[in-house]
Amino acid sequence: MILTNTTNYFAQLIDYLFEQMGLGGQILGYVIVAAIYLTFFAVAGLLLVYVERRVAAFFQLRLGPNRVGPWGLLQTIADALKLLAKEITGTERKDKLLYHAAYFLVIPAALIGLSVIPFSNGVQAYDLNIGVFFISAVSSVGVLGILFGGWGSNNKYSLIGGMRSGLQMISYELSAGLAILTIILMAGSLQMSEIINQQKDLWFIVKGHIPALIAFVIFVIAGTAESNRTPFDLPEGEAELGAGFHSEYSGMGFAYFFLAEFINMFIISAVAVTLFFGGWLAPFGITDSLPWQPLWGAVWFFVKVSGMIFLLMWFRWTFPRLRIDQLLTLEWKYLLPVGLLNIVLMAILVYYNIIL
Amino acid sequence: MDTVTLNTGDLKSQEYFLNMGPQHPATHGVLRLILTMDGEVVKNIEPDLGFIHRSIEKQCEYEGYKQIIHLTDRMDYLSAHINNEAVALAIEQALEIEVPERVKVIRTIMGELTRIASHLLWWGVMGMDVGALTTFMYAFRDREMINDIMEETCGARLTMSYSTPGGVMFDLHPNFVKRVKEFIPHLRSVIPKYDELLTGNVIFQKRMKGIGILSYEDAISHGASGPVARGSGVSCDRRKIAPYSALDKVDFKEIIYTEGDNLARYNVRMKEMLESLNIIEQLIDNIPDDGIQAKTKALIKLPKGEFLQRVETARGDLGVYIVSDGKKNPYRVKFRSPGFSNLNALIEMGKGHLIADVVAIMSTLDFVVPDIDR
Repeated sequence: MILTNTTNYFAQLIDYLFEQMGLGGQILGYVIVAAIYLTFFAVAGLLLVYVERRVAAFFQLRLGPNRVGPWGLLQTIADALKLLAKEITGTERKDKLLYHAAYFLVIPAALIGLSVIPFSNGVQAYDLNIGVFFISAVSSVGVLGILFGGWGSNNKYSLIGGMRSGLQMISYELSAGLAILTIILMAGSLQMSEIINQQKDLWFIVKGHIPALIAFVIFVIAGTAESNRTPFDLPEGEAELGAGFHSEYSGMGFAYFFLAEFINMFIISAVAVTLFFGGWLAPFGITDSLPWQPLWGAVWFFVKVSGMIFLLMWFRWTFPRLRIDQLLTLEWKYLLPVGLLNIVLMAILVYYNIIL
Repeated sequence: MDTVTLNTGDLKSQEYFLNMGPQHPATHGVLRLILTMDGEVVKNIEPDLGFIHRSIEKQCEYEGYKQIIHLTDRMDYLSAHINNEAVALAIEQALEIEVPERVKVIRTIMGELTRIASHLLWWGVMGMDVGALTTFMYAFRDREMINDIMEETCGARLTMSYSTPGGVMFDLHPNFVKRVKEFIPHLRSVIPKYDELLTGNVIFQKRMKGIGILSYEDAISHGASGPVARGSGVSCDRRKIAPYSALDKVDFKEIIYTEGDNLARYNVRMKEMLESLNIIEQLIDNIPDDGIQAKTKALIKLPKGEFLQRVETARGDLGVYIVSDGKKNPYRVKFRSPGFSNLNALIEMGKGHLIADVVAIMSTLDFVVPDIDR
């Protein structure tokens, strides 16, 4: 088993049910955990859409959704209901298999990525010993979904969008991977919980000073590109391609892409927080003596993630979009060499123990 | 079952056609561009027009001269007042009417306000076309102030129909001067913010600089006018060449950039807004008080002959050409619209660029499709 943990609440729940009810209990436990994650996925997705709209409104001198429910909180639920009720349209000459497979790839990719993220001390579905690597691997499955959607729609705009997305994600995966590696050099582990434990005394962004800071900047840029957000939203670049790869999707097909995009943004933020800002650890341990530790961990985790998400939204609502050649130039000529040098720098610092 | 054999030796890249429009966010209306593409590189552009052709020129032949003005609103709806003014000037020229000084000043102020409103809308949409969505809201907030000024005076916000042959429809609203004086410092204070948000952005600069170059010669040979030609170094401002209304009384610069690229056209428009503010500022303090309407007959009949009036709209050189056979409606009306010629220049400019650049170039041309089709 690659399940290696001591205080994993989800694992404890499954173990408890196994002791009580045998194999059936174990399966029930898996179902419960899956249900919790699915619920979180939907709620977080809807909430992030709402937050995005409010933040956008904040930047654009508007109010944003404020009519349905208190502070417009139910607006996105109303929108989701509308999307559910909508007719599924699309081109007739689409490649049916790829067209429909697309969102079945995008959603699990985002959902599985979520499963290794430590929301708090011991609140993590799987504490894999290769956690960070697992997230990078799973997130690249999502690209396939977008490529399938772009190809299967049989629409030139979708195809261009899908191809752009492939180019972009494969390129920026490298930089994101290098940035992650830089931190892993310091942590000496790929396991999420271990990475966080290492930051008990000092967060990695402080501990690794210069190379960690560079890695953080690279990771944020690459992460924005991977989650298809402005200034890297070329796959759907609405001024050029209409809606890019999801032009031909309607109703829930479209909503799945939309949700997955927001969850990807959440995952990117969560990984950044885990790697650089100590995950669920309280700053200076200010809440360490209080009861309900896992709850406080979750509070700190979500506070930090909200900050990161706000940063990504800030980018989106202020920057213009890059052109495809500029996007690739930025990656291959700047980010990648800098990232490689940064790893060497970090290796030297770690070897001679010059980190703080 | 049929078996499909795939000989990879026969696989080769080929050019394909991409229909941009008539329903596409970048064309800002129902314009269709047939793009010949090689991957993402645009090899050829072929505009397909006529989706919003409403035969305005033909309709004019069945309308009286006072009614024609109301049709011109619907051509270039973003500089509606300047269109109205052009027709009114042409008719006045034919009838040899001298309009009161007050009318001239009002028309000029209104025209410059229209120009600013149009440029503001262009700026907002320009940002959207390169992916910066926030610019739209900023521009609309400030454009709203102009629309309110217009609404107070002439009751309409967009299609004003404010000029009539021999004068203007209504007198200025008592609040007019106050409102305009509030607006001038406001716009002066927000334009540096615009620059911070978009102009100074490194991504934006990279997207604009050296893209879509229109040479001096090409600008002339395609008949480009307005900010598009001025961005290529062509001096073509009708307001300078043949001042109409009160424009001969004011002192202003013609903004000319010589680079001919997207950024030059962008800068021309940004600077023109400030220059328009200068014009308004020079006129707003002493608007003469000698009536708003010259004496005209209830039924206007133009003498036999041909009459041409050219004005500078926000998009460039608008020519109104009226052929009269002495009846109450014109024999033939021709509008020389700036957008049509400017679109022509796109064919030269867009070739060899990426699709995203073509969108940006189109945006700097700032055409209004009803103006192209009429």
